[in-house]
Amino acid sequence: MNATSGALQDGGVSRRRFLVSAAEVGGGLMLAFIFPAAARAAWISAPAGALPGEINAFVNVGPDGTVTFIIPKSEMGQGVYTGLSQLLAEELECDISGIRIETAAVAAVYNSPGIPAQFTGGSMSISSNWQALRVAGATARTMLIEAAAKNWGVDAGACRAERNFVYGPDGRKAGYGALAAAAAKIAPPDPKDVPLKSPSKFVVIGKPIARVEVREKVDGSGKFGLDVRVPGMLRAALARPPTQGAQAMHIDDKAALKVPGVVRVVPLSVGVAVVAKNTYAALRGRDALLIDWQALPDTTMDTDKLRAQYLDLSRHGAALVARNDGDAVSAVQAVGGKRVEAAYELPYLSHAAMEPLNCAAHWRPDRCDLWTGTQFQSPDRAAAAQVAGLPPEKVFIHTMLLGGGFGRRGNPASDFVREAVELSRKIGGPVQIVWSREDDMRGGWYRPMWTNRLRAMLGRDGKIHAWHHTIVGQSIMAGTIFQGMVKNGVDPTSVEGAADMPYDAANVRVDLCTTTAPVTVQWWRSVGHSNTAFAVESFIDECAAGAGVDPLEYRRSLLTGPNESRHRAVLEMLAAKSGWGGPLPAGRARGMALHASFGSVVGEVAEVSMQDGRPRVHRVVAVIHCGLAVNPQMIAAQIESAVNYGLSAALYVEITYTGGKPDQSNFDNYAVVRISEAPTVEVHIVPSEDAPTGVGEPGTPPIAPSLANAIFALTGKRVRRLPMIRGGKFSA
Amino acid sequence: MQKLNINGKIHSVDVDPEMPLLWVLRDVLDMTGTKFGCGRALCGACTVHLDGQATRSCVLPVSAAAGRKITTIEAIGDTPVGKAVQSAWIAHDVPQCGYCQSGQIMSAVSLLAKNKSPTDADIDAAMSGNICRCGTYSRIRAAIHQAAERGGAGS
Ligand code: FES
Ligand code: FES
Repeated sequence: MNATSGALQDGGVSRRRFLVSAAEVGGGLMLAFIFPAAARAAWISAPAGALPGEINAFVNVGPDGTVTFIIPKSEMGQGVYTGLSQLLAEELECDISGIRIETAAVAAVYNSPGIPAQFTGGSMSISSNWQALRVAGATARTMLIEAAAKNWGVDAGACRAERNFVYGPDGRKAGYGALAAAAAKIAPPDPKDVPLKSPSKFVVIGKPIARVEVREKVDGSGKFGLDVRVPGMLRAALARPPTQGAQAMHIDDKAALKVPGVVRVVPLSVGVAVVAKNTYAALRGRDALLIDWQALPDTTMDTDKLRAQYLDLSRHGAALVARNDGDAVSAVQAVGGKRVEAAYELPYLSHAAMEPLNCAAHWRPDRCDLWTGTQFQSPDRAAAAQVAGLPPEKVFIHTMLLGGGFGRRGNPASDFVREAVELSRKIGGPVQIVWSREDDMRGGWYRPMWTNRLRAMLGRDGKIHAWHHTIVGQSIMAGTIFQGMVKNGVDPTSVEGAADMPYDAANVRVDLCTTTAPVTVQWWRSVGHSNTAFAVESFIDECAAGAGVDPLEYRRSLLTGPNESRHRAVLEMLAAKSGWGGPLPAGRARGMALHASFGSVVGEVAEVSMQDGRPRVHRVVAVIHCGLAVNPQMIAAQIESAVNYGLSAALYVEITYTGGKPDQSNFDNYAVVRISEAPTVEVHIVPSEDAPTGVGEPGTPPIAPSLANAIFALTGKRVRRLPMIRGGKFSA
Repeated sequence: MQKLNINGKIHSVDVDPEMPLLWVLRDVLDMTGTKFGCGRALCGACTVHLDGQATRSCVLPVSAAAGRKITTIEAIGDTPVGKAVQSAWIAHDVPQCGYCQSGQIMSAVSLLAKNKSPTDADIDAAMSGNICRCGTYSRIRAAIHQAAERGGAGS
């Protein structure tokens, strides 16, 4: 396996460009990714860069038989190179370990099926390509078989493909490499006529295939954004506004320019860049800048005050209605039943991916190249084109490996891309902007801070008669390029996981009170679900306690609807695998939570003890229902990852503001989970032949509430505010 | 001019003696396997070996590395322990995004070179300086135990 950013080796002139422009003209096809014969012919006749083995926009077979998979998704640890290769290889009948990965250029042909943009997010890479990539593999296979059959003068129906060879009726065989040039000239079959295997025939899909790019990730050769080396490239660090929107009124760069290696100081529309021969000089030069910043009015906010405001708004703020069944507002006030009420508070969070943000850009008058780890190829290209003063087709994004994404590398304003293009244009040469950890952590675009208030009225049987959930927080989409997804003022990401709360109740109301604050906010692994799961799953546990019923029994009795079959399957498997109700070592207790997100349902049981006055998670048993499990090994890895990611947020980390500035800066005061605190995670998958659903994010939402519920079982105390440990102290 | 012995080869570099070894490796010598994560010895992404000892290169002035044996991820597979650790990492499919893994592997090799059969507590102590935001911790633990068992140490 050899994963490369194709255009990098040939000095930035991407051969993908030819392919792409050809593919783009073929709009009206049944499946856009199949190369239209005419366009393909035109492309093949192009003298420069012609590759005779280009079978469709995703598959190229070299004369030596090497299958190259042109992959439209970003690899950020979620295993997308592996999962998508499995889909392709299954139908192409090729050896997955021999596949060469090349990252796709930006082009309509590589848009997510059904969505007019090329990006990686929403845990949908596998589900959205489930059909498309199998068809791409199957059409390519059909063309290879046809090429062999023609050559041999036999009926294609009498030939078959297996492990990179086509076999004829009389035992003859030919390798894909030998057939590729002829295959590429055959008119692609109508995708409708290409048969796909039934799941019982799968030999690659459903298998625990090892990560295809694992080798380059253990020997240091994998190339992340920060590893890009373009000839003549300078490095830059930015002095960034200390508060959002502050302007540099006066810049004294004398000391900065004296730092050996510093080349120049360049004011940008946001911040001031110090350009240098190496990163060290750029960072030192940046520290030596003296800048008078003028803050915008109303940016001196404090999260303590904001917290008080949010709690107040959760009681009687003006809200929009996201769900309204029956009359929950008066039903929760009724006399006679048992009333439960609680508020849950969650802080701003930084994504803190291991690789700090960065982007290299090379602007020239006629084209602009970008090298970065991005989740957002289409929006970034549009933004870069604007800044570059070039049409989008003249902007080439070379997607590198991402040292973690978690949503941050899909920025609605393309912040880390714009600044690099602007700087390269201003200095007229290639430059890489490196964010220090402090820049990354203080740079805004956080998971929103949220407060939830839940009120319920329990019936005589203890079940839920009325449920009223009010959510207070900023909108991620409003005012961005995603504004169009905000319907009637309700940002769907603010209420996901709450408006579709799965428990039976006659009266349900979900209100949203959208706030504004001088803090940019963004999706963070599982987006709104990271908030709503904590609120809903903690509160259902409180209702169970109010009703005097075991939390598992209680959930079981309220998950009876036709849409909750996955919940039920997860709950039953979780009960069995976690040993719910069974014995535990002294001083330990279990808590559970289950939550649907990105089409999947994940349930988790955390086993917790208190050590030195702080909660300690020993073991997490997780069950996921994600439809057909394309790669059980990768699914387990994602759940392990999601649990640890969510555990840092549940226990330790938050971004707080004092006087308009974030208080946190690096891993000393944003103390994420380390190996000594990481629990054992056991993952179980509900067997299914449904089409696959999301995996990368759904494991995160249930961990915080399962932990809080375990702490309640152990101590009788409810933790309603995250993170649980603040200033080194655990407080319930 | 700083004379550096990196992976058995001598490099002469003309840089500020205060420049951390990390940036000399990455920006001057274009050896990008060693990663930048925090710049303050808090995350372990930049771990290299200095005379066999795991060291955070982001806070090590290059002048302090002169005259010592520097080993980086690019060459760690040439040692028996390094090779055993890399194969255990592959067998357990440890990496996710992979960004922290150079540092994780360098710390693990340094642990196993001194301690042929580390306990879980030994692993916690030796590996707690290495953050993994993808949460690959339990696989790291399993891979270290496997590398120890397969006798990477001493074989
Ligand atoms: S970069 Fe050196 S420890 Fe984080
Ligand atoms: S594998 Fe991504 S940070 Fe460790």
